[in-house]
This record gives sequence, structure tokens and C-alpha cells, in this order.
Amino acid sequence: MHSVNDRSRDIGEFVPQPDDDMLICRCEEITKGEIRKAVHDGMWTLTEIRRYLRTGMGLCQGQTCSKLVKGIVARELGVSPAELEPATSRAPMRPTEMRILANEVED
Amino acid sequence: MKRYDLIIVGAGPSGLSAAIEAAKRGLKVVVFDENEKPGGQLFKQIHKFFGSKEHKAKIRGFKIGEDLLKEADSVGVEVVLNATVCGMYQDREVTVRIGDGIHHYKGDAIIIATGAAENMVTFPGWTLPGVIGAGAAQTMMNLHGVKPGSKILMLGSGNVGLVVSFQLLQCGCEVVALVDAAPRVGGYGVHAAKVARTGVPFYLSHTIVEAEGEDHVTGVTIAEVDSSFKFIPGTEKHFDVDTICLAVGLSPMSQLLKMAGCKMEDNPKRGGQVPICDEYGRTSIPGVFVAGDVSGIEEASSAMIEGRMAGIAAAEYLGFIEKEELDTNLEELDSALDGLRQGMFAPKNRGKIPEKTDEGIDISMSLLKKGYVGDDEIERFPGVTRKAGIHPVIECTQNIPCNPCQDSCPKKCIKIGPNITALPAINEDNKCIGCGMCVASCSGQAIFLVDETYEEGYASITLPYEFLPLPVAGQKGIALGRDGKKVCEAEVISVKSAPAFDKTHLLTMKVPSEYVMKARFFKAEV
Amino acid sequence: MAMRIEEHPILGVQEKGRLVKFTFDGKEYEGHEGEPIAAALKASGVMIHRYTKKEHRPRGIFCAIGRCTDCVMIVNGKPNVRTCVTPLEEGMEVKTQYGVSDKPFDQQ
Repeated sequence: MHSVNDRSRDIGEFVPQPDDDMLICRCEEITKGEIRKAVHDGMWTLTEIRRYLRTGMGLCQGQTCSKLVKGIVARELGVSPAELEPATSRAPMRPTEMRILANEVED
Repeated sequence: MKRYDLIIVGAGPSGLSAAIEAAKRGLKVVVFDENEKPGGQLFKQIHKFFGSKEHKAKIRGFKIGEDLLKEADSVGVEVVLNATVCGMYQDREVTVRIGDGIHHYKGDAIIIATGAAENMVTFPGWTLPGVIGAGAAQTMMNLHGVKPGSKILMLGSGNVGLVVSFQLLQCGCEVVALVDAAPRVGGYGVHAAKVARTGVPFYLSHTIVEAEGEDHVTGVTIAEVDSSFKFIPGTEKHFDVDTICLAVGLSPMSQLLKMAGCKMEDNPKRGGQVPICDEYGRTSIPGVFVAGDVSGIEEASSAMIEGRMAGIAAAEYLGFIEKEELDTNLEELDSALDGLRQGMFAPKNRGKIPEKTDEGIDISMSLLKKGYVGDDEIERFPGVTRKAGIHPVIECTQNIPCNPCQDSCPKKCIKIGPNITALPAINEDNKCIGCGMCVASCSGQAIFLVDETYEEGYASITLPYEFLPLPVAGQKGIALGRDGKKVCEAEVISVKSAPAFDKTHLLTMKVPSEYVMKARFFKAEV
Repeated sequence: MAMRIEEHPILGVQEKGRLVKFTFDGKEYEGHEGEPIAAALKASGVMIHRYTKKEHRPRGIFCAIGRCTDCVMIVNGKPNVRTCVTPLEEGMEVKTQYGVSDKPFDQQ
């Protein structure tokens, strides 16, 4: 099994770092420490991190932080960022009010 | 649901180029763009482009944008602005937000040309107002006519960081430092040199420790980093700034493709998550094509060619042209694209550190580490020669794809040859008439005209000048060296402007003869 | 307005919409019709667009192209309006956004 998905693998304990209070997700105000801790809580995929912490789930939908979060999670897991599956892409790609999203127009 | 032969997402350089080629071949094409204005990033690019004639070299980016729009209009391309493509589904269906509603469109083919998004770095204080992306700075100054700040620190020495730094200087901002964690300047040496000679200090192997300020940026501290990018204590430097500009790379904006189910890969050489595609932009989904930065970060010049390729490939996919026409068309574009993808900065050479030019000349290490060629290094390059009378001095020291200087000289004094990444050399047999066309044509602002025997004890130096206010003849000031430091007193002899120079003014100054190979910029005395 | 570029060496004098009045937190400001609200504010020296919900930290322009949503404000009573891509109109009421409210946190 590929090491990214092998959950029996020991990634060690969460060790606090001096920059754990660094804000990573600007919209939902999630810190590096929270993301690192989440990995040790068992959130090994970016999708799980999103659901658990709401990183990338705010107004900007991860435009700014997704690459940063990916880097942090990868480092915590000891893999290269390229090995991590990016979080799911889904509509709408930009913040859209529900009243607009629900307003289907016939051309 | 409305149907089109071809739907293009993104009206930037690649999207518009694709639209033009497809429409010319009879396709009914629509281009959706989420912005209020078309052109993507082209309208923020106010510098002259590199390349050769076929790549629209020495034309400024925004002018290329205007030309593309005109051409798109003339071949009947429909461009819909303020139209955000929110989703892309199976069977090439897209949902587009226009106004207060969601519209559905179906394309027999789709080209995704959504471009790229800026990368960011974190440091304490990075969320403070005043920390902005380099793209934001370009947008504010070049589209909206508002200075992004007064005193600015730039992080990132790639072409974006270098070009935007120069643009900041052009609109009257002070750039206090150009900083990069990497040990070497990432972008073109000529872009670095034109920033360095105005006096902007480069701090390589440095990065931001902290942005300071309570409610907004009031200062910044940088420090040197070691080879593992850890701060070296005691190397901190502080600057009073109101703005910190981040230019730390781009990532393809490929989410629509992933959503539609295209096979994707994470390819660091292309800048991140990109669709797996062939050289003409065909993705794993038949009828879905890509062009430009979304399939790999490059320059706008190559994005335009990729766009044309994808547009033609889409025309063939839908049966508007025969396979033979496709092959002939692509062959020409292949060689144009190949021309751009040569040299030290070619995608295939990313990450490599060249030590010698293709001509076998040692690279300027000072250029890579400080942003300017050292006085002791400059004379080893073929464009730099010394002789009596007026002649060009071409401080072009890296193999980059560019050759307008060769075409610009009416006397054929400059020679590059068929390989456009070759360093320009001086043809000693032909006599320079001092017209200055080469100075104005050089996209890298790396050509100077010098006359070592201008008058007894004095030499004249003609340099490209793109700042305001424009100095006037007789004005006294100081000559700065390549390093941006004072070399000597200088007096302006003339400032020439001409439509053919396209806003690059030719400033000629007089300096004592011994400084002829040192003085490279004029600074008016305040 | 010192932040406006009067004449640019390459772009010359940029064409702008007519000058219109708008309010920012109740105070009268001037900007060009059709330019992004954020540009008008920047030209007047306004840096802080909002304070965040959780940490109450200030934010301003970051990407300037409508992606990062850091510059959102309350415009004509509507929160979360991306001021960098929303054109300025005469008489607009622009307010600092605290969380998603126009009231400072101690009054919420």
C-alpha cells in the first residue's frame, strides 16, 4: 500500500512548534498548529482536513490556502505534496449567493 | 440550453488566441470571462515583450491585448464578460453565472484557458492590510491608476517580482528592497539589472521574518537564511514600509478540469495540479482542450501560441478542417513555440543552474546574486565592445529567447542569428549611426549607445528611460552604476522621444570618459 | 489625492469615470464612477476593509482580482461584497465589516 494511505503507519506524536499560531486559512482563521494537530488526530487527506477544520471552506474556497495546507499536511505525513490528492473541486468556483445559485435561467 | 461549437473559458492571451483561430475556421465560438474587462493579465503588462517578430516581441503587453481583442471581434468571436463559469460537467456542459442567474451552455468542444493564481507565503503579520500579491499591485497601478503603496518591499525575484518592481518605480513608488529566499535571482537578468541600476538593493538568501504594524503594515524585518532556509540569527534588517508585495510564483487554476473529470497530475515543473494533456492541449476527455498557464506556468507569449494550437485542434476535432490542414498549421506553431522554449529559462531547464552561456562564456555570478553584472564581468560578453566613436553596448548576458535588437538596426550592426536565444554580438564591419533604435527596441532595456570620444575628457551614454518627469537637456544630476550606486556627476545632453521608440525615451548624458563603462542610469538631483 | 497616478510614463493619463460621492462609515468620500470601490478607498488612504469574525483582526486588499475575498465590506447594507471587483456608484454606502456585521464587535 502506498504510504500516503497507509494509516497503520506511525507518524509520531504531535510536537508543538514555535510558528503553530501562524494563520494559514485566512477566511476561516485556521492556524498551522490546528492543521498539524488534525493530521495527528487522524485526518490524513485534504478532504478530511477540510471537513474537520473548515480550511478552504470559507468565502474564497481555498484560493489562497489550499497549496499551503497541502504543504503542511504533506510535511506532517513525511510525504511530498505532489503525492496528496487535492481536495474535491466542485461548483460554484466563486462565492455565489444561494438566491443566484438557485436562479436557473432558460436561454 | 444554448449550444456553441466551441466554448472557451477565460479571455486572456491563450483564450482569445484560441477563439480567433477557431472562429477563422468557421466555428461558432463564445468566450466567458469572470472579469469586467477582457485580456486576462495582458492589460497589466506594460513592458515590451520578449521573443521575435512572430511572438509579437517589443510590443507592450497591453497593446497585444488590444490587438487580440480587435482581431477576435473582426472574426466574430462572442466575448461575454462578468460571466463566471462556476462548474463544468460531463458531456461538456458548463454553468455560468451572469448577472443574478445561472445559465447552462453546451459546447461541442471546450477550451479551458483559466490561467493561474498567485502562490502565497506565510510569515507573522502576513494577513495585515498592506501585504498584497504582486498581481494586486499590478492591478491597482496599471488598471486602476492607484499606487499600491508609497514604500514597498518586494518578495520574489522571478520575472513577476522583477517586472512588478520596475512598474512600481515607474508609477512613482519607492521600492526599498527586493528580497528572495533563493540564493539566486530567479527571473531574467535583464529585468533584474534595470531594477538594480535605479538603486533598489537585492537581498538574495533572505526572507521576511515579520511584517510589523498593529492595524496595517508599518515596517518589515528580513533576515538571511541558510541553505535549509532557516534564519541566521544576527542578520536581521529592518525597513520602514507601508506595503509588502508577494511574488512567489503561480499555480495553474485547474479546478474546472478536475471537476469535469479530466485526468490530472501534480507536476512541479508545470507549477502544480495540471491536466494530463498532449502538446496541443488535448486532455483525457475528448473535446476538452487546455491552453496557457492552466496547463503549466509559462509566459504570455507561449500562452498565445498554445491558445492558437488548441483553437486549431478544436476545429479539427469538430471536423471544420482536415487533418492535413491541422498538421501544416501546427507545424508552424510548433517551431514558434520551440523558439520560445529555448535558453536558460526554458521550462526544461527549470531548477538547473547554468554556469556558462551557450557560447561558453562564464555566467555573471554578480547578476545572479546581486541583480547586476559586475564591472569586472561585463566586458566578457559579445555585445560589449570598445571603440572610438558612437557604438552600441549590449549588456545582454543570458541566453533568453529574444531578438528585436537585431532587426532594429538599420545598419545591421547587431547579430544574433537564427537561434534567437544566442547572445547578441557586434558586427564590427558595419558602422553605427547612433540612431538609437536598438536602445528603444530592447525589451530588457539592456542596450546603451556610448561614445567614448564625445568631447575632450568626456563620453556620452545613451540609455533607455521610462520614468517621469522626463529630464531635460542641460539638467545636472548623478550617474548611477549597474549597482545603482553613484558613479559620478552627469549632465543630460538630450532626451529623444519618437513614436517608433514607443514610450522608451532615449536619454543621453555626458560623463567623464573614465566612467563610460560604469555609468548606466541618470538620476536627477533633487 | 497623492495615491492617484496623475500621469504614467507608459500609460499616460488614464481615462476615468466622473467623480462621484460615496460614504465610508458615514463619512463622505470621493471616487471615480466605475472604478472598484477598493481603488477609490485606496486612493483616499483607507487600508482596513474589515475585521475578522474569530480573531477580530484587520484585513484589506490582498489579491485585488476578486479571488481572495479579503477586501469584502458592507455595501448598501449587503455584507461580503468584494470591493476590489465591485464598481463604485454614486451615493454608495460602504461600511467596515465586523465579522459579517456593520456594528463593531462590542456593540453586536
